[in-house]
Amino acid sequence: MAYALKLEGIHKAFGDFVALHSIDLTIDSGELVCFLGPSGCGKTTLLRIIAGLERQTRGTIIQDGRDVSHAPPAARDYGIVFQSYALFPNLTIEQNVAYGLVNRRKARGEIKARVNELLTLVGLPTEGRKYPSQLSGGQQQRVALARALATSPHLLLLDEPLSALDAKVRERLRGEVRGLQRRLGVTTIMVTHDQEEALSMSDRIVVMNQGAIEQIGTPGAVYERPETPFVADFLGKVNVLKATALGGGRYRAGTVDLELPADGFAAGETVRIYLRPEDRHVEGDIAALPNRLTGKITGIDYLGTFCLAELACPGLGKPIQISYSLNQMHDLDVRLGAEIQIALRVDRVRVFADRAAAPFAAASVA
Amino acid sequence: MSAAAHVKAASFKVAPSKLALAGEALVARGGLVLLATTLLVFLAVPLVMILIRSAEDRDGAWVGLANFVAYLNSPSVGNSLTNTLQFALMTTLVTVPLAFVFAFAIQRSRIPYKGLWRNVAMIPILAPSLLAAISFIYLFGNQGWLKFVIEWFGIKTIYGMPGMVLAMTFSSFPHALMILLAALALSDARLYEVAEALGTSERRKFMTITLPGAKYGLVSACMVVFTMAVSEFGIPKIIGGNTQVLAVDIYKQVIGQQNFQIGAVVSLLLLLPAVVAYGIDHLVQRRAQALLTARSVPYQPRRARLRDGLLLAFVVLVSAALLLVVGMAAYGSLVKVWPYNLSLTLNHYTYGFKEAGLEHAYWNSLSLGVWCALLGSAITFTGAYWLEKTRRDQTEGLNFLRPAIRFQAMLPMAIPGMVLGIGYILFFNHPANPLNFLYGTMTVLVLSTVMHFYSSSHLTAVTALKQIDGEFESVSASLKVPFYKTFWRVTVPVCLPSILDIFRYYFVNAMTTISCVVFLYSPKTTPASVSILQLDEAGAIGSAAAMATLIVVTAAVVTGVIFTLEWWLVRRTQAWRNTAQS
Repeated sequence: MAYALKLEGIHKAFGDFVALHSIDLTIDSGELVCFLGPSGCGKTTLLRIIAGLERQTRGTIIQDGRDVSHAPPAARDYGIVFQSYALFPNLTIEQNVAYGLVNRRKARGEIKARVNELLTLVGLPTEGRKYPSQLSGGQQQRVALARALATSPHLLLLDEPLSALDAKVRERLRGEVRGLQRRLGVTTIMVTHDQEEALSMSDRIVVMNQGAIEQIGTPGAVYERPETPFVADFLGKVNVLKATALGGGRYRAGTVDLELPADGFAAGETVRIYLRPEDRHVEGDIAALPNRLTGKITGIDYLGTFCLAELACPGLGKPIQISYSLNQMHDLDVRLGAEIQIALRVDRVRVFADRAAAPFAAASVA
Repeated sequence: MSAAAHVKAASFKVAPSKLALAGEALVARGGLVLLATTLLVFLAVPLVMILIRSAEDRDGAWVGLANFVAYLNSPSVGNSLTNTLQFALMTTLVTVPLAFVFAFAIQRSRIPYKGLWRNVAMIPILAPSLLAAISFIYLFGNQGWLKFVIEWFGIKTIYGMPGMVLAMTFSSFPHALMILLAALALSDARLYEVAEALGTSERRKFMTITLPGAKYGLVSACMVVFTMAVSEFGIPKIIGGNTQVLAVDIYKQVIGQQNFQIGAVVSLLLLLPAVVAYGIDHLVQRRAQALLTARSVPYQPRRARLRDGLLLAFVVLVSAALLLVVGMAAYGSLVKVWPYNLSLTLNHYTYGFKEAGLEHAYWNSLSLGVWCALLGSAITFTGAYWLEKTRRDQTEGLNFLRPAIRFQAMLPMAIPGMVLGIGYILFFNHPANPLNFLYGTMTVLVLSTVMHFYSSSHLTAVTALKQIDGEFESVSASLKVPFYKTFWRVTVPVCLPSILDIFRYYFVNAMTTISCVVFLYSPKTTPASVSILQLDEAGAIGSAAAMATLIVVTAAVVTGVIFTLEWWLVRRTQAWRNTAQS
C-alpha cells in the first residue's frame, strides 16, 4: 500500500534535552494511527513537527512523495484539531468552518455549499449562525473537525482531541470521529495519553516513551504481545513477578515453578514475568492444567462489571491481582478470605530480562 | 455521500504560492526588527547616552568619574539627597497606610456605594501632579483659606516638605490603592472559615491571614510610591519652596545652566533608588506566585456594624479630601483674585493663557494625547503580538531579538521620566545625529511619552494575548491563512477592550505627564502640563489652576467616553464573549 507519510530519523533537541531520538515511522494511506504515551514522551512534539509548527533538529519528512522537511506549515497538506479546539470566538460556526476557504478566492455560493456540506457531515447542520461559546464542548469539537476538513487535506492531525470532554461525550465522539475518518478515508494521526481511546480507535498504535518509539502495532498486538516492559506496564494492568530462569522455558518465582512458552533466558538469569489480571483460567477443570496457583483472597476492588481480586499465594511473595467478571464473582464465590485456585494462561504471559535489578541480585548472592 | 463530498471538494485545493509564504515570514521578521529598532533608537540608545555623557566634559572629552566627583563635592548635594529620600519616605509612610485602609474598606467590608468611592479615589490619576500642589497653595498657602489648620499642627508654612508630602500623597494615592485593591481582592475564604472553626479572634485573623496575604501588595505599593516621589519634579518645583531635591537639581542644571554633564550625573543618581526599588519589588513578586490556587474560594465579608461604620467614615473623609483638592483648583481657576475678590470669571482661561502666550498649550496637549493614544496602543499591542505570537522558526536568526525586546519593554517601568527626557536631549540634540531634526517637534514629544508609559501598556497587551487560545496561529497556518490576517480578523476584535484600555492609559498620561516632556518641548509645542509650571512661575496661579482644571476635565471626559465605548462593545459582542465560562 502506498504510504502517506514517512518519517526518517526525526530528532529533536531543546538545548541539552533530547525530546525525540531518531524517530522512523511510515504511515499508510487512509489509516488512523495513534501516538500513545505518558505526558512528556514526545508525542505532541512529533505531531507538531509533522505539522511544521515545530522544527526538527534533523531528519526527513516525506508526505505523498514530497519532501516537506523544511516546508512551513502553510506549504504542507494537513488539517489539525487541537485539544482546546482553538475556534475563533468572534466568528460564527459558519465563518469558522469557512476560514480556510475564504482565503482561496472561491465564489461565495461555492463556499456556502461546502460549509453546509461539512456541518451536515459532523451532524450540526442547523448551528451555523451560532458562536462557538453557545455550543457544548462536544459540538465545538465537531466544528473544529469540520474546519480542519474543509480544505480536504490528505492528512488529519488530532492533538488530544477528546481529552477536554466529559467521559460520556468522549466515548460517543470516539465512535463518531472514527466513523467519519473511515468514511472519508483520510489518513489520520491522533495524539493521546488515553489508552482506551487509542485501543478503541486506531488501526495502529505507536507507543512512545522518553522520546523514542517502544512499539508499533495494532491495538491487539500492543496489548496482547507487548515487546517491552514499558508497553506491558503502560497499557492495561499488569502483575510483575520477579523470577529466576531455570532454562528450557522454566522459571522459579519465589518457591513456585512455572513453565512458559517464553524462552531465551539462560539458567540463573533474573527475569520479570508480566502477567495481566485476565491472563488466567478460573473456570473448568483447573486441576488438569499446568502452572496452577493456589491462594487466599485478601482484598477485592469492586469495579462494576468486573472486580480485581487480590490473591495471596504462599511462596509467590507479594499478592497478585486477578480479574473476575461480575458473573464469575458470583458463580465462583469470590469473596474475602476464600481459597481459590487458578491456572495461568501461559500463551499471554510475557517474560523480560530484569536488567535494572541484575546488580542487586548479584549482590544478594554474594 | 460524505466520501463523495470529500472528493468533490478536491477542487478547493489550491497550492499556496511561494510568494505568499515568503511574504508571511517577511512580515513576521520585519515586524520584529521594526519593533526592536524602535525600542533601541527611542529608548535604549538615549539612556546609554546618559552614561556616556556623564563621563565627558563640555567638549566631549573623556573625564571618567570627574563629573560625579564635582557634583558630589558641590555644597548643595547633601541637602538634595537627604531631602529627596526624606520626601519619598514620608510620602510612602503617609500614602500606603491610607490606601491600605481604603482598599480594606472596599474589599473586606460591607460599606455601601463601593463603586462610587473607588471611582472618586481614582480621580488623582486624571490630574497632573501640579494640580495638587496648586490646590494646597490655595488651601494652606500664605493666603490660604485653611491655613489655620496647619498651624494647629505647628506647621508655619505649607511651602517645603509639608506641602510636598501632602501633594505627593494626593498624586500617588490611586497608584498605591490599585495595587492594594488587587492584593486584597485575592483571598481564600476557606482560610477564614478554618480560622473561625478554630475559634480565632478577628484581630488574630487580620494579623495571621489578611496582612500576610497582602504582604506582597504592600511591598509593591511602597516601592511604587517611593519611586514616584523620588522622581517627582513638578510638586517640589511649585510647592517645595527652598527645599532642594534631585529632580529639581537636574532641571536647574540642564535647563538653567545647560550643564548636560552634571544633568547626566544627577540622572544616574536618580536612577539608583528607582532601580533598587524596582529590583526589590521584582524579587518579592517572584515569590508571591503560589499563594492562591485555582481552587480558592473568594472571601465574602460579613456585616459588622462598628467596623463598617468606622471604615465608611474613613472612606468618606478621604474621598471628600480628594474632591476638595480637585474642587479647590477648579474654584480657584474661576475666582478673580484669590482671596480678595471672589467673584467668578473665565478670565484665567482666556486672557490668562493669552497673556502668557500659552493659548496653544491646551491644544498641544490634546493633540499629544490623541497621538500618543493612537500610536502607543498600535505599537504596544502589535508589538506584543509580534513578540508573543509569531513562530520562532519563521523568524529564525532573529530570535535573539525576543528577549532583548522583552527587556526593553519592561525597562521604562524603572526609568523616571526625567531621566528619559535627559537621554532624549543628549541623543536627539546631538549635532551628529541624523534624527536631530526631530528635536523640539511634536513627534519627539509623542515618541518619548509612548516610551515613558510603555511597560504598563505592554503588560496589559501581553496579559490580554495570553488569555486567548495559543493555537489560533497554528490553526490559521494549517488553513494556509497568514497569521497577520488572523491577527486582524480574530485577535484584535477579541482583545478590543484591552486595546481601548491601553488607548485610555496613554491618553490620560500624555495629558498629565510633565517629567519627560519638560526637557523636550519647544515654544510651539508647549504642552498644557508644562504650561502650568510656566504660569505658576509667572505668578499667574489662577491660570495655572485653570490649565490644571482643563486637563482634569478633558481626561475625565475621555475616560468616560472610553468606558462607555467598552461597555457598549462588550454588550454588543456578549453573544460570543464570556458565555463560555465553565
